[in-house]
Order: sequence, then structure tokens, then C-alpha cells
Amino acid sequence: MQVDWTIYLTFLGVGVILLLPRDSKDVIRWVALLTGAAALLVALKNYFDYNDWVNTEIAAHGALTDGFKQIVNVPWIPALNVNYHLAVDGISFPLIVLNGFVCVTGILFSWNIETRVKEFFAFFLTLIAGVYGVFMSMDLFLLFVFYELAIIPKYFVIAIWGSTRKEYGAMKLVLYSFVGSALVFIGILAVFFNAGGQTFDVLELVKHPLARDVQIWVFPLIFVGFGVLAGMWPFHTWAPTGHVAAPTAASMLLAGVVMKLGSYGCFRGAMLLFPQGLEYWKWWIACLAVIGIVYGAAVALVQKDFKFIIGYSSVSHMGFVLLGLATLNLFGMSGAILQMFSHGIVASLLFAVVGRMVYDRTHTRQLDELGGLAKVIPFACVTFVIGGAASMGLPGFSGFVAEYQILVGAFRMNPVLAIVAGLSIPLTVAYILNANDKVFMDRDQPAGSGHGHSHSGEGEAHPALPPITVPEGVAAIILMALLVIIGVYPSIMLNMIKANVALFLRGAS
Amino acid sequence: MMPASYFEILRALSPEAMLTVTALAALTLDLASLRYADAPVRTRTIGATAVVGLLASIIPLWQQFNAPRTVLLGGTLAVDDLVLFFKLVIVALTLVTVLISMDFDVGRHVGEYFAVMLFGAVGMMLLISAEELLTIFVALELTSISLYILTAFHKGELRSQEAAVKYFMFGAISSAFLLFGLSYVYGVTGTTSLTGIAAAVKANGGMEMSPLLATGLLFTIIGFGFKVAVVPFHLWAPDAYEGAPTPVTAFIATGSKVASFFVLLKVLFIGFAGMEGSAFWGHFTSGWTMLLAVTAALSMVLGNCAAIVQHNVKRMLAYSSIAHAGYIFIGLIAATKMGATSVLFYIIVYALTNLGAFGVVAALSGRAGGDDMQNFNGMAKRAPFLSLLMLIFVLSLAGVPPLGGFFGKFYLFASAVQRDSQSFGLLWLVVLGILMSAVSLYYYLILLKHMYVLDGSSQSPIITPTYLSVALGLVALAVILLGVYPKPILELLNGFGYSSIAGLMR
Repeated sequence: MQVDWTIYLTFLGVGVILLLPRDSKDVIRWVALLTGAAALLVALKNYFDYNDWVNTEIAAHGALTDGFKQIVNVPWIPALNVNYHLAVDGISFPLIVLNGFVCVTGILFSWNIETRVKEFFAFFLTLIAGVYGVFMSMDLFLLFVFYELAIIPKYFVIAIWGSTRKEYGAMKLVLYSFVGSALVFIGILAVFFNAGGQTFDVLELVKHPLARDVQIWVFPLIFVGFGVLAGMWPFHTWAPTGHVAAPTAASMLLAGVVMKLGSYGCFRGAMLLFPQGLEYWKWWIACLAVIGIVYGAAVALVQKDFKFIIGYSSVSHMGFVLLGLATLNLFGMSGAILQMFSHGIVASLLFAVVGRMVYDRTHTRQLDELGGLAKVIPFACVTFVIGGAASMGLPGFSGFVAEYQILVGAFRMNPVLAIVAGLSIPLTVAYILNANDKVFMDRDQPAGSGHGHSHSGEGEAHPALPPITVPEGVAAIILMALLVIIGVYPSIMLNMIKANVALFLRGAS
Repeated sequence: MMPASYFEILRALSPEAMLTVTALAALTLDLASLRYADAPVRTRTIGATAVVGLLASIIPLWQQFNAPRTVLLGGTLAVDDLVLFFKLVIVALTLVTVLISMDFDVGRHVGEYFAVMLFGAVGMMLLISAEELLTIFVALELTSISLYILTAFHKGELRSQEAAVKYFMFGAISSAFLLFGLSYVYGVTGTTSLTGIAAAVKANGGMEMSPLLATGLLFTIIGFGFKVAVVPFHLWAPDAYEGAPTPVTAFIATGSKVASFFVLLKVLFIGFAGMEGSAFWGHFTSGWTMLLAVTAALSMVLGNCAAIVQHNVKRMLAYSSIAHAGYIFIGLIAATKMGATSVLFYIIVYALTNLGAFGVVAALSGRAGGDDMQNFNGMAKRAPFLSLLMLIFVLSLAGVPPLGGFFGKFYLFASAVQRDSQSFGLLWLVVLGILMSAVSLYYYLILLKHMYVLDGSSQSPIITPTYLSVALGLVALAVILLGVYPKPILELLNGFGYSSIAGLMR
């Protein structure tokens, strides 16, 4: 099975779920899980095949000559020369696998949803399918269709199953995304007709770059349009409110995958097509990225709500992605792609801890009301510490490999950028440790004895919390394992990324 | 000018004739045998008669396909594949409207209701084949008057009466404008045939526009502006949409819009070819594209912004349809072959989508106690299938892929960008349209929020007749297919070669 079957299998899953009666909740959950797992297996199989192929190519020729593995390319709407063109390369493969993992673990973490189960998983899988599609589309029109397909389900998932100003958060998120995609839409039309109205195909358009002045005004349209979804400062404000309002699985998806849609779109839609536009605007991007990095980390430090901390940390870490992309050198860009994967896993893990393991049990996320949970649910504490360690870039975890390379790349671009961005690392350590201390550790007085505990009794903190369930444990272990595997053996992913980034850099120069 | 034989005329107009006969049969049947029957029985029997008539009229339409273009009565009416296809669209829209009406309380005058609806359909079909100003006017009046009557059909309800009076007053004024404009056009060019007008204008030096002709053009466009409800001629629409019985609203919003836009396209592209002017940013010159550009921009902004604050579903959809008329104008402003195709494609998608949306509102509002947003709270639990259909229709209106509305809008905007793809003269309208689509998503999502997110006061399931669910389901399927696989319909529209829109040579 080619990797495009991930899309079809997921849609098939949606169809099956829609046909099931709404009361058979367990059947629906299992169908969703099997769908997700099947898609993940297909993705992994193709991932390793591609990895082997890259390694043999490099061994034979020293570098890649064409990183793309074509899947399908047939006319779709001949009147506009739109093709159904799917292809994958070493930049999309890590993200496809990421989507598979977040899908499976997201379903596991949503096992406890009891209301409107059928609709939940139908929306969830539609979103997943759209995301798979975006990562494979090589036709701008098709990419846009899948991209929009992934936007609408978010509204319902957040507004129906969310918490904390859910309708506001959902609407804000969707409108931000939609305005962003409106900019992209204008950009795509401009590119299409300025290039002669012959094709929307990225790989064809790349061969015929537009005039420099056109590139300079179209590039920001598409880059910012996608950048909104990537949490680019100052268009990031949807992210914390959206993440906080969303149910656990949706926060995981939002921070883990959907934000990557944005940065992937920036790369594929804007950077690839407009090398001169990129050259012109790269300092702006780098500066906005650095502001986002430091701002996100600093704001995370002063949050009182556990989930807002993780929400702002996403803004900060996505800033690293944009910074890496703007460096335009091998280190920075490879780091950025790896950071997309790494942050996807870290954010999913941390949101799972906050939303599922802690909030669903204690029904509060206020740091002041939590405390001492390490004794009650030690597994959550361990998970958070590992996720946090990867988030702050401790060696041995994926975050280190990614952010280290980005900082090296940024240093080559301009040392000041790297130094300012580096400031966020102590801030990250501070907010992770602060959260860990207040949520999981006993503070100076025994937790539960003061500070207005609303739910638990006296003395022992949260004595009656239910234990960690099997689905939660399995999902958390999968995600933690990924962090460590990429951390100690990064070449399993970095080889293909580096080969493709090198190819991009050769084309851009 | 050769007098056509009556047989030939009858053959070409047999679909219209069939519908007229069906309308009379419905009246007779009601009067003769159903006066004292139960209301539901009466509605269904007479509705079924109308359905049979509509289905039967498809046969002659079908038979005339692939025949050479016929022009009747000295060029007043023309029949070709494009015209036939759009007549088919009208028949299909009327069919679904009748099906929706069969499940609706249309009052005491059941026979009259369906008869007048069929007369309206006949008017629309004549409008589509008309190629001469007076015939266009007469057909437009036949359509409009039928719709005025239908709007007033909720006799006990003040809202319906007010809507009908308002609709009638505005309609009468717009007819006056239109007739006034047409008379000037006739006075300058000396002919009422569309091709004749274009030829006369061309003979007089084309773009040089006399003040008299400019006045004629302006008033004609104002007249049509009322009919398709664009700002600033839109004031009747929200009240008429809200007050009319919902199936009638569906008919006003779909059938009459399709016919009006089709004939407007003909008048502008054939009759007023050579009087385009320019709507390029910074290069405005007088002509109809400039007039349309101003109304389009106003409609998109005002329609979308006013829709945000509505609490009534039908009223919200009325403002949204004003905005959509603005989008459609963008395709007309492009004034190219691609623009024409995009307009034709969009009016089909738009009509199907709105028909479906009003169909769902008609099916649910009676059983939910009203057509305010509040009445739709928690509808996803009470009527999951119809709610799913509403989701599809509303998202298609918002222009979300992969639904028909998205591709239609994309094509409209693409045609405007393509018109001047080097200096992007029409990009300002496209940018406005796209940004306003983003605004529109807000109020569409508000409706969906009421249906999917909020909890209603009642939890009891709503049961609707199966035939209605099937019909609306098919409409939804068509909306999806038009978005996922628009290729056949685009090839069909392009393949007609615009025999009836001969002015399009760009």
C-alpha cells in the first residue's frame, strides 16, 4: 500500500463510524483506533522504505537528485488545470508519521469521552484525513482543499467537547485560520495566473520562478497566511485560547499537528516557490520568530493555568521552527523540520498530561489549587518530567537535537538571533520546573491543606483520584519512547531530512 | 423574417405547455374533487400531480437536446442546449420545491398554490429562452407576479402579508425602472433584439456611449439589480424571505435567481457587448462592469455584515444571498468566457445549496416551533440526518472545500483574476470577496453552533417524511459532487459553445 492509503483508510473509518448506531460506543472507539493504527502502520512501512531508499541513494551518489516519491498524478479539474497530485519527500514523511502517532495516541487519550462519541470520532478522523492530505499534496489547489478540510472539524470538536470559554476559543481559532487561508487563496490565484494559468503544481511552478517584484508581494501573503496557523507572532493569539478550550485529543492535534500544517505550508507553499521573495523577507521572519520564541516562553512563565503554560510554550517552540526555516542553511532548516516532529510529540504528551491525566481527574487546572499529585498519580508526574525535559532541550531527547541545530543555524545567520533565542531556554526550564513543582510536588506545606482546594478532602491531596487507565498508559509510553528514540538515534529521521533540505538549498541558490 | 409554424413553436415550447396544462389540471382537480378532503391528503395529491407534470416535462426537454439551435418568432425565443440545460435546472429546482411544499402547511388554497408555483416555473423557463427585451420583460413579470402571490400565501400571518406587499411594491418599482431603461435602449438602437442592440451599438462606434444609452443601461441594471437583490436595491429581500412560506422562500431564492442571473448574463454579454467600460482598479471607465463592480462591492460588504446580527435563520440566509449575488457579479464583471462559465456554474451550485438549506428549514421549523436560531438549538440530536445535510449546505455557502460552493467561488474569483492576469486590475474585488467570505464563515458557524453545540429545550426526535429526506439528501449529494468532481458539469457548460451567448469572444 502506498502512503496515500493513509488518507483513504481514515476517510473509510469516518464512513464506517457514521454508519454505526450512536449507542455502540465501544465499537466506535475500536473502529477509530483500528483506523488510526492501520493508517499509522501504512505510514511507518512507507517511511522506512523511503528511508532505506534515501540511504542507498546517498551511498551510491553522495546526495539525492530528486527527493520526491511520486504517488499519483491525474487530472482532476481540467478546466483549471488542477491535478490530483500526491507525492512525498523526506520533509513530509516525518510529519505524516507524526500525524499517525498523534492520531492513535489522541484516540487512546479520548477513550473516556462519553457524550456524542460517534460525532467526536467522525470529526476527529476527518481532521486527521485532511492533515494527511495536506502533507502529500503537490498541487496548490489540492493542498488548499485538504487544508480547509482540516479547519472546520476543529470548530466542532472544540465547541462541543471543550472547556473554558470553548465557543469563544473555537470561533477565534477557526476565524484566524480562515482569514489566514484567505490570504493564501489570494496568493495562490496570483501565482497561478501570473505563471500563465497553466498549472497549480508546485513541482512545475518551481521550475518557472516568477518575476522578483511579484515574488516580493506574493511571498508574504502565502507565508503569513500559513504562518497564522503556525503560531507566528503576532498572529499567535488564537493558539493559547484554542489549545486551552479544546478537549485533550484536540489540543494534542492542534499543537501537535495542526500548527505544523502552518509551518509546512510556509515551507512548501511559500519558501519553495519564491526564493527571491524569501531572500527579501527572511530577516523579518527571523525577527518575528525570535520575538515569538522569547515572548511565548516569558508569558508561559507567569501563567496560573496549567494548560495555558503548555499553550504558550507551543508558541515559543513553533518560533524555533520558523527561525530554523528562515536561516536558509542546512543546520537551521534540518533542525526546523525535526523540531516540527519533536514538538509535535512533546506538545501532544504535555497536553495529554494536563488535559487527560490531571484535569479530567481533578477538574481544575489552576496551579494554586493543584499540588502533591506525584504521590497520587506518579505516572503522570514521570510523563510530565520526560515531556518537560524534551521540551527544554535536554540532551538525550529529541528536543535537544532539533533546537541545538536550529541555534547553530541561527548563529551562522546572525549571532545575535541565536543569543536572543537562546534566552528562551532558561525560561523554558523555569516554567517547566515551576509547573512541575506546583502540580506534582508537595510545596512548603502539605498540599490540600490550604489554597482553597475545591474538590479534594483534608490532609492527603486528592485522595480519591482514579488511577491511570491502560489506554492512557499505552499512549504515553508510545510518545515518550519516540522522544527518546529520536533523541539517542536521530539519524533515523535526520538523514532523510538533511538530504532533502540539501536538495532544497541547492535549488534555491 | 419567416413566420414560424405553430407546430414548430409548440414543439419548442412543449415543456412550458406541459407545465401550464398541469397547473390547470391541479386547479381543476382541487376544485372538482378535493375541496372537502383533509388538508394533508389534499396537499399531497395535488403536489403529486405537480410532480408528475414536472417529471413529464423532462421528456420533451431531453428529446430536444443535441438539436441545432432554433430561433422562434423572429428571434424572440431561442432554444439550444445551454437553454435546455438551464430549463432542466429550473424543472429540477421546482420539483424539489414542490416536494418541500407537500410537507408544509400551505393554507386553504392548495390547488392555487401549486398552480401559481408552476406558472412561476413557466415564467422562469421562458425567461431563460428569451432573447428580446419585451419577451424578457413579460417573462420576468410572469415570474415575479407568481412569486408575489405565493409570498402572501400564509394568509393568517401578518408577516407574510407585509412581506408580500413590500415585495410587490419593490417589484413594481423595479419593473418600472427596467421598462424605462429598456425603452431608452430601444429608442437609441431602434431594436429590441439583443443581437440587434449589440450590432447597433457597434455600428455607432462601440465604446462611445451617448447619454441616452447610458441612461438606458443604468436603469436596466437598476431594474435587474432589484430582481437579483443586490445592494442598494436589496431592501425587499430580508422581509420577503422571512415572511414568505419557507418553500416559497426557497423558490424565490433559487429558481427566480437562476432565471434572473441567466437572463442578466444574456442581456449584458450579448445586448450590451461593447459597453463594458472598465472596473480595473484605478482605471474606471463608464460602462456596465463599473456599475456592477460598485454594487458587487457594496453587496458583499453589507450583505455579510448585516447577516452577522440576524437571529432568524431565513433572514440570515436572505442577507447571505445578497452577499452571494455580489460574488456572482464578480464573474459577470470579468466579462470573459471563463467568467460566463463561472457564473453559470455558480448559480447552479448556489441554487442547489440554498434550495437544500431552505428545504431543511422548512422541514424542521414547523416541527420545532419557528425559524429563529433558538428553535434550532440541539437539532443535531433531534434530527441528525437533516442536521448533517444542513451542515453540508451551510458550509457550501461559506465556501468550504470540498463542497460545491468552494469550487464555484474559486472559479468566479479565478475568472476575475484571469481577466487581467498581468496587472491584476480586478484583484481588488477578489480580495474583498475572499475577505468577506472569511467574515461570512462567522455567521454560518453561529447557525451550526445552535444546531450542534447548544442544547435545546426539547430532546424529542423530529420525524420527517422519507421522501423529503431522500430528495434533500440527493440535493446534498449534488452539492458535494459539484465540489469534488466538477469536471463533467464544467465540460458540459464549456461544450455548449455559448451558442446563445454569442457576444463572448474574448
